[in-house]
Amino acid sequence: MWVFHFAAASCNNCDIEILDALTPKFDLERFGILLVGSIRHADVILATGAISHKAAVRLKRLYEQAPKPCLVVAVGSCACSMCIFRDSYNMAGPFDGLVPVHAYIPGCPPKPEAIIMGVVKLVKALRKG
Amino acid sequence: MAEEILARIKDEFSKKILKVFEKSSRRIYIDFDAKDIPEVVSFLFREMGGRLATATGIDTRKNIEILYHFSFDSSGTIISLRTLIDKKNPEIESVTPIIKGAEWIEREMHELLGVNFRNHPNLKRLLLPEDWPERKYPLRRE
Amino acid sequence: MAKTIIPVGPYHPLQEEPEFFKLLVEGEKVLELEIELGYNHRGIEKIAESKSYDQVIFLVERVCGICSTSHPIASVNALEDLAGIRVPERALYIRSIIGEMERLHSHLLWLGLAGHFIGYNTVWMWAWKYREPVLDIFERITGNRQHYAMMKVGGVRRDIESDDIPGIWKMVDGLLPALDMFKGAVMDDPVIHARLKGVGILTKEDVVAYGAVGPTARASGVAIDVRKDDPYAAYPLVDWQVITQEEGDVFAKAVVRILEMYESIKIVKGCLDKLKLVGGEIDAKVKEIPPGEGIGRHEAPRGEVFHYVRSDGSNRPVRYKVRAPSYMNVPTNQKSVVGGTVSDATITLAAVDPCYCCTERVAVVDRKTGRKGLTGQELIKLSQEKTLRIKKEMVV
Repeated sequence: MWVFHFAAASCNNCDIEILDALTPKFDLERFGILLVGSIRHADVILATGAISHKAAVRLKRLYEQAPKPCLVVAVGSCACSMCIFRDSYNMAGPFDGLVPVHAYIPGCPPKPEAIIMGVVKLVKALRKG
Repeated sequence: MAEEILARIKDEFSKKILKVFEKSSRRIYIDFDAKDIPEVVSFLFREMGGRLATATGIDTRKNIEILYHFSFDSSGTIISLRTLIDKKNPEIESVTPIIKGAEWIEREMHELLGVNFRNHPNLKRLLLPEDWPERKYPLRRE
Repeated sequence: MAKTIIPVGPYHPLQEEPEFFKLLVEGEKVLELEIELGYNHRGIEKIAESKSYDQVIFLVERVCGICSTSHPIASVNALEDLAGIRVPERALYIRSIIGEMERLHSHLLWLGLAGHFIGYNTVWMWAWKYREPVLDIFERITGNRQHYAMMKVGGVRRDIESDDIPGIWKMVDGLLPALDMFKGAVMDDPVIHARLKGVGILTKEDVVAYGAVGPTARASGVAIDVRKDDPYAAYPLVDWQVITQEEGDVFAKAVVRILEMYESIKIVKGCLDKLKLVGGEIDAKVKEIPPGEGIGRHEAPRGEVFHYVRSDGSNRPVRYKVRAPSYMNVPTNQKSVVGGTVSDATITLAAVDPCYCCTERVAVVDRKTGRKGLTGQELIKLSQEKTLRIKKEMVV
């Protein structure tokens, strides 16, 4: 499963925890999950952040370029619901208002274990059909 | 050390200082007319080795207030230069020609508060998207 | 010769749209740098005006994930400056312990990324491996690996139990051999010398002109550090030194960060020793914030965090200003990246340790054809390839 990481106006904590999930201690790769550099190779978009207007433009363009089917996983409380940034003047999110979201992993930030669990659950749910 | 810094500023600008507020030994606020700001900024930066940490713009409803926060690192003192400008047509001379580090600081106040910094080398948007409506300033109290 | 613009990617795989840094190049040389922000602008200052002061501290913690306790420390400093509050001694030690542990995890994070950029992926894996015990201790004493919610006006929200002190001591002690290893790996490796020395130089004059702060300034011989200049928390109560270098290149910036980690460990140990002796309250139990204004700062891993607050006596700020260190440091790339080569661009941009959230992506577009140039990944690859070339040349 090839995942593409997209950060949209995040404080980067979720992004660091995602990268952390790649390090030997957590090792996402043993589940067959690989981080890719191009959206055209992605099966899954790991999305973080509260989405500013500028980021929303980019997100839409990116989602169009992604080969379908493409699953979106909202990682972190900002991605799930915008949380404290809900009323800010520069926000266009959350993700499920702009693109379909298939899994939500809340937390501020969610621990790498939670991220792995979320992605694995999604994979299992897909396999069931 | 802080006393010497304040004494020197008072000495140099005795006729132009409007008010001095010594909140504590290391936090001092000095009021000036907007037209005197570039001269004072230049003196603090070039003659006294002060570092412009940042500047805060405030919509006080009556006017726009700008605070230039200068840090004198060897004594830990912060001298904030306070000035008030007209809210209907907020304009002040840019200090970016004096301090390069002021460029982004002034651009931010320009787009979030609507202050025009005269002779700023690059007064474009910094934080808001290009399609953000003109004359809509997020930090104003409308 | 056709001028091409090159995009420089962020640390993680970048999407294909250009963003923040636009490099205008001619052949290998970088002629111009355009910096564009706004992607991460979340309107935090405006949100703060509708929150109570306690909520503001939680809010500002999320300005940046990596240096997350730095903003709460500056925030409580600003409010305590405004209201003239004296913080109990025990809380001062706890604040510095949290602040320095953050510096440790942040500098290790940087070390790993910098290693990745120049192709030393083992440095990346080891640095991030040694980060984990720091995060584990954070989780143990604060409840979270990041975003610790430890600061409150007048003190700290949780105490450090005497049972936890040996664990914290052991953790920082255990970092020392790792630091020795990194120090050797960076400071004694001739390939790294050749790769990073003289690269991305920022002069003292430019540090002053741009108002740069933190390791970016200290690596160019400008000895500013809020912990010494405008002391707060426990920094004046324990023994430690400000670290500087003179050359202002990427190598100097790396050395400053590595040596600073030793000082952070000293500070943590000094504070832990004091905690064993100093009991009492950890909270001054502040009831309200009077009208007035206050300024608070903290020496975050990236440099001075500056907060200004104005109060009218109600429980919400009239105005809350946040200035992160990268705001002053990122523009210095106009001087350190321009004039250098494309293969050095990534590591030079990374050398000021831009907080992701303060800076963003880099993009390159070919001016003549309008076609997109190298992607972020390709630029990192260029940087890694340069290291390999140097390595080969050095093998006799």
